[in-house]
Amino acid sequence: MADFVLKVNGTELHVSAPADESLLFVLRDRLNLTGTKYGCGEGQCGACTVLLDGQPARSCITPASGAAGTNITTIEGLEQNGQVSPVQQAFLEEGAFQCGYCTSGMVLSATALLRKTPHPTDEQIVAHMDGNICRCGTYPRIIDAVKRASQSPAKAGGQ
Amino acid sequence: MKVRDALLDELAQHTIDDKPYWFRLDRRDFLKLFGGGLLVCLADVSTWAQESGRNFGGHELPKDIASWLHIAADGRVTVFTGKVEVGQNIRTSLAQQVAEELRVPFDTITMVMGDTDLVPWDAGTFGSRTTPTMGPQLRTMAAAARDMLIETAAARWKVDPATLTAADAKVTNPRNGHSLTYGELTRGEKLMKTVSGEVALTPASDWKVAGTAVPKVNGRDFVTGKHKYPSDIVRPGMMFGKVLRPAGFNATLVSVDTSGAEKISGAKVVQDGNFIAVAAADASTAESALSALRATWNVPAQPSNKELFALLKQPPATQQEDRGPEHVSGSVPQAMASALIQLHQQYTVQYIAHAPLEPRAAVAEWVSGKLTVWTGTQRPFGVRDELMAAFHIPVEQVRVIQPDMGSGYGGKHTGEAAVEAARLAKATGKPVKVVWTREEEFTWAYFRPAGLIEISSGAQHDGTLVAWEHHNYNSGPAAITTPYNVANQLIQFHPANSPLRQGSYRSLAATANHFARESHMDEVAHAVGMDPLEFRMKNLSDPRLRAVFQTAAEKFGWGGSKSTSQRGFGIAGGTDKGGYVATCVEVEINPDKKIKIRRVVQAWESGAIVNPDGLRNQVGGAIVQAIGGALFESIQFANGRILNPHFAQYRVPRFSDTPQIEIVLIDRKDLPSAGAGESGIVGLAPAVGNAIFAATGTRLRNMPMAPPSAASGETVSMFRS
Repeated sequence: MADFVLKVNGTELHVSAPADESLLFVLRDRLNLTGTKYGCGEGQCGACTVLLDGQPARSCITPASGAAGTNITTIEGLEQNGQVSPVQQAFLEEGAFQCGYCTSGMVLSATALLRKTPHPTDEQIVAHMDGNICRCGTYPRIIDAVKRASQSPAKAGGQ
Repeated sequence: MKVRDALLDELAQHTIDDKPYWFRLDRRDFLKLFGGGLLVCLADVSTWAQESGRNFGGHELPKDIASWLHIAADGRVTVFTGKVEVGQNIRTSLAQQVAEELRVPFDTITMVMGDTDLVPWDAGTFGSRTTPTMGPQLRTMAAAARDMLIETAAARWKVDPATLTAADAKVTNPRNGHSLTYGELTRGEKLMKTVSGEVALTPASDWKVAGTAVPKVNGRDFVTGKHKYPSDIVRPGMMFGKVLRPAGFNATLVSVDTSGAEKISGAKVVQDGNFIAVAAADASTAESALSALRATWNVPAQPSNKELFALLKQPPATQQEDRGPEHVSGSVPQAMASALIQLHQQYTVQYIAHAPLEPRAAVAEWVSGKLTVWTGTQRPFGVRDELMAAFHIPVEQVRVIQPDMGSGYGGKHTGEAAVEAARLAKATGKPVKVVWTREEEFTWAYFRPAGLIEISSGAQHDGTLVAWEHHNYNSGPAAITTPYNVANQLIQFHPANSPLRQGSYRSLAATANHFARESHMDEVAHAVGMDPLEFRMKNLSDPRLRAVFQTAAEKFGWGGSKSTSQRGFGIAGGTDKGGYVATCVEVEINPDKKIKIRRVVQAWESGAIVNPDGLRNQVGGAIVQAIGGALFESIQFANGRILNPHFAQYRVPRFSDTPQIEIVLIDRKDLPSAGAGESGIVGLAPAVGNAIFAATGTRLRNMPMAPPSAASGETVSMFRS
């Protein structure tokens, strides 16, 4: 077991876990942040996407101990003062989900994209999001939601 | 085929045995659950039950009560149903229908779904039956409750009930403006009404809440990560379980050495026959213990994709009851002999995986001999039956709770994870969570059946179909009968011994049967030299199917441009489970035979629309999911092993596969609402195949049509995607 500190959604949390345990399982099982989802365990589906210093990362293949020292953002960290982020709001307005299991990963991938590319083209959205699977097939609505968020006056990447 | 027969067929395709039990809830006990208010139950449900229940295998129909609804003194409405929310949006659409008939604001309604201690028995959520059966049941109860509240007000005011109106959770006397809220009318008393017989329902043309695009209930919880899926459930002191999987299908255990695992601190090893599993306080320790188990398995030699279709054509080794043809009319041999054009073709579909993004998951807990399991399933009562059988416990000692889950697509009818978690919880004395890995989900769940379909047809030179013979081996009878007018028909489903565990899937065999039929229709159209749409219309009189074909063609601009070698246009359509669909596609084929679906126009009609936004979402999702089976999804197997049990090897549709999609909904307010979660999937594959033929002259009769080059199917396609 290794002891380390993770800074998650702005809060420093002490963790005791095997050094190679994935960030996904530390978040879900040890810190009870279950908004981050398991989908494949090998970085192929994007359900477990979190932001490390603003960059999207697959938490299922990221050792938790290696994420110490970064700012980790999970889906639970996007709300500010009870207000959902522009990306979250856009997903709601477009109805861009069915079962919603992929939504956390989609929202975080989109958040990272808009921070880097505030006004992406459809091609840029597809290229950036192609590692995120929505098995319910709501891709067109997700693209619409990303575009809607990119037009939001609050600017999507801000937290 | 009659609806009920189709349902029984669907149930018969399940891979688990039916365990017939029926627990009669004591109504007095049930009333204790509530404070004051009005409880409305729907009785005399024989008409409903024939569709939503099952009356075979000794299973008694729920004679007492099919569903119930409670109006509390504060006006809150709670509705109880055995249907479950898996992403198809029925938590919202059912509540809309209750709000409509009860005349209450939508947000005063709470739906309690899929909790076997709280809701009436239900066969499960499949077959597109929620909207056509549960919808009218709930509407009937809500309308009866409204009538009762009006009568109560009329009695109190000593006026004729016909002079009163109900709106916005109040009964009002328009003559003097007096009004009482529903809560005030119940006076907090425990009132109970049992509804039987017919109650007049509000026609769809008058709907104000139903029929509108109400957003998904609790949508905010899904974008903030707050919603708790089955795999998110946590119980005090909970342990994590892992199950040792055999080295292949039908394997027998030769020996197992558990000593290494038992040495791992905090790990508990459980062996019960072939069930070998571990539990530990955290998932990493459980994983280490699982890795430390040393087992030897004897895996028998088993078939692979190469032998699949020859195998499915063989009669089953176990003698099954000859079900006979689905449909026979006239004489196919005579009609074929006189037909000027005769075609005989064979079509295949491979096994594919549902791959719901949330794999099977369960948390099980025993308290004073009572087992409670939170799990993702489309059949909470089916899972309850599995648990009762597995642990030899009576129905009172099992509760299954189904939190809205990470989807199923027909793939979560069974309760494997629930049984596994419950066995480990029993052994450890603590709550245990079991979440399957993606590889487990790809291997140990069940598959959409593979199938072989043979079609023979005869037509005259003017395009009149005269003979149609359709044989489906193994994949299933759903939508096997042709909607086209053919005087001489022989249509039959032939069950087979499937080498892989198979079960339900979105639309069942309707996808395979439509792929074969609509591809073949295209072949006949080309053989007689007619436009594929014109040929279909010449042989079609069903006005609803004609309407979707015309609507899709018009929106698409069918016939406006001719296919070229790089760009093909295709059309296909059909009907199943009360839904009517027509699909037009534009496909691009680049010089190295790579296929890209550029544009899809799909017309859809399923009676009166309950929620146009939810419906559009379902139809669009079905189109995207259909792309996988059409072009590249295929389970590869050999010798009892799945060879591609990862998303890196088993490709599913992604953003980059998604074409421009236009959906045209036809709202038939004069017709009952049918289910719409499934049949939107059936048109795409044949339309794509027809478009590829239009462009290249190559007919693709095997799904997937453009598999990865590594695929080892019987027929190798020259196309990639």
